[in-house]
Amino acid sequence: MSRGTLFDKVWKLHSIDQLESGQTQLFIGLHLIHEVTSPQAFAMLRELDLKVAFPENTLATVDHIVPTEDQARPFADPLAEEMMQALEENTAASGIRLYNVGSGKQGVVHIIAPELGLTQPGMTVACGDSHTATHGAFGAVAFGIGTSQVRDVLATQTLAMDPLKVRRVEVNGALSSGVFAKDVILHIIRHLGVKGGAGYAYEFAGTCIDAMSMEERMTVCNMAIEGGARCGYINPDQITFDYLRGREFAPQGDLWPQAEDWWRSIASDSDADYDDLVIFDAAEISPTLTWGITPGQALGLDETLPAIENYAPEEQDLIRQAYAYMDLTPGQSMLGLPIDVVFIGSCTNGRLSDLREVAKICELHGGRVPAQIKTVVVPGSEAVKAAAEAEGLDQIFIKHGFDWRNAGCSMCLAMNPDKLVGRQICASTSNRNFKGRQGSPAGRTLLMSPAMAALTALEGKISDVRPLLNKEVQS
Amino acid sequence: MSAITKIAGRGVPLRGNDIDTDRIIPARFLRCVTFDGLGEHAFADDRSQLKAAGQLHPFSNPEYAGANVLVVGSNFGCGSSREHAPQSLQKWGVRAIIGESFAEIFFNNNIAIGVPCVRLLAADIASLQGLIEDRPTLDVEIDLAAGSVSAADFSFEIKMPEAARQMFVRGQWDATGQLLANLDKVRTRAAQIPYLNKFIP
Repeated sequence: MSRGTLFDKVWKLHSIDQLESGQTQLFIGLHLIHEVTSPQAFAMLRELDLKVAFPENTLATVDHIVPTEDQARPFADPLAEEMMQALEENTAASGIRLYNVGSGKQGVVHIIAPELGLTQPGMTVACGDSHTATHGAFGAVAFGIGTSQVRDVLATQTLAMDPLKVRRVEVNGALSSGVFAKDVILHIIRHLGVKGGAGYAYEFAGTCIDAMSMEERMTVCNMAIEGGARCGYINPDQITFDYLRGREFAPQGDLWPQAEDWWRSIASDSDADYDDLVIFDAAEISPTLTWGITPGQALGLDETLPAIENYAPEEQDLIRQAYAYMDLTPGQSMLGLPIDVVFIGSCTNGRLSDLREVAKICELHGGRVPAQIKTVVVPGSEAVKAAAEAEGLDQIFIKHGFDWRNAGCSMCLAMNPDKLVGRQICASTSNRNFKGRQGSPAGRTLLMSPAMAALTALEGKISDVRPLLNKEVQS
Repeated sequence: MSAITKIAGRGVPLRGNDIDTDRIIPARFLRCVTFDGLGEHAFADDRSQLKAAGQLHPFSNPEYAGANVLVVGSNFGCGSSREHAPQSLQKWGVRAIIGESFAEIFFNNNIAIGVPCVRLLAADIASLQGLIEDRPTLDVEIDLAAGSVSAADFSFEIKMPEAARQMFVRGQWDATGQLLANLDKVRTRAAQIPYLNKFIP
């Protein structure tokens, strides 16, 4: 059993009681809600004649259904408009703060809470969205939950939870040029499997993770759920504190030193015990992308697609299905594969540093996206959009033929107008490559880093950023 | 709240591993403010694609109409936390799921709506799916109190976290009441959490 880890400390601090069922009643410090998974929860509350117990600990925004082009109200989609209105009414009636479109603070829920300084070390965070693990980048313990659990948090600010084991996932050493945080997490999932994390919280650690910026750490923690782990986190350190300082909801003035002391105390002890330890060498990670229909079906750009016989007998059916669905063949290289659509954005890779990487690739390449390729570059929040435009990134994107949009979840999950059509194949910086995920039941998704997606757009085919980046270093 | 100790009914076998919640209920059906009507859209895209290929998805197969015990492979319900997925299965008629393994959020969402997810060994899942395919009218019984699944002459031992099993057997699967009973303790604790109280430890 783990002992002395951040997870253990945060769990203990927030444990209210042992329930009759044997589960732990866990206090939730920060509850985030959005338009998709909350309306039914508010309806359940009304049915039970219950009120929101701690409205000040809940924050709402709209992201999944928000169009990224025409955002004028009412929305063209009457169903989306109905969901907007439900959230507006529910939050107003309950005294919950809502960052709506046009507020300057709206955006993908997992992007705005960190950028506002709401997500802090040592917190418990819950949200009706599986990518809530993103907040773990700050040393928070963050869970994705379903709608009935959203009801429970609204009614009591607590959840009935079973404890998790803790697996330390170390990545040590430096990443090679052209290898990014996205490649690191795709590599980890590829090796530990899409269900390898079941029953675990992942503590990401090691010198490679320590050297990452907060935005890179968020990319890593974001996809913990794709590895089956309900939460993933990184111990808070100076990089965490420097990121938080001065943000709107971060501790201010005299509170800061006390906050920093407490944050340091909540990190895993140097002699902590873990339930499991896995170690990766950063030098072995190459630019990685998915080729199949689960996030674990990934490969390095230098490899060729695996033989079906390389997989365990019980996995071979799924691999065959993946090859058939993707229309790919074992032995084939992914390099040079023509694509139809490029999506840059999402809670995984919709932050300013991701957009800077895309702009950098545009400028190094110098060309324009071929006319037949559809591109969407979607900032993760209104704040990211404003910051990108202040740096002139939008002009670079437009000049190189990319379509620059407003903030939202966009083509990550196809609940808004941004969708694949027919059998289109999409180079995407999002987090899921499930069948039909991007809105067309036959649509195909290749997950990758923003840099690889950008060059892939410019070339119209899967491309390796390393030669371009190495040329830059030499010149 | 009611105890759930036995679920008996006809089975519907769904072969394949890593079936995600996007496939159970595609995202376009999440544009709604209630869960009503989701039952008919369960596996909508898988069903229409198989139909176009001249095949029948188990959820479209009239032989399984009225079934209420879903039998699946491993890592069922992975991906998105959308409760719309278990809700759509429940509204289609599923009252219990037997699988090799389940994704965690999906498992918990099912507890919250009173649908037990029980595990069997991979070999037992294959046998049970085969039995049902051969005889779709076969009665499948899950006995949570005894910890077994039986069908025809076969009996399989359930694997399930003991806490979850007890929740169903004792009728404690809806946590809201238990959580609400502690609201005073919650308020006391909230006043002691450092980050909510000026970081005074």
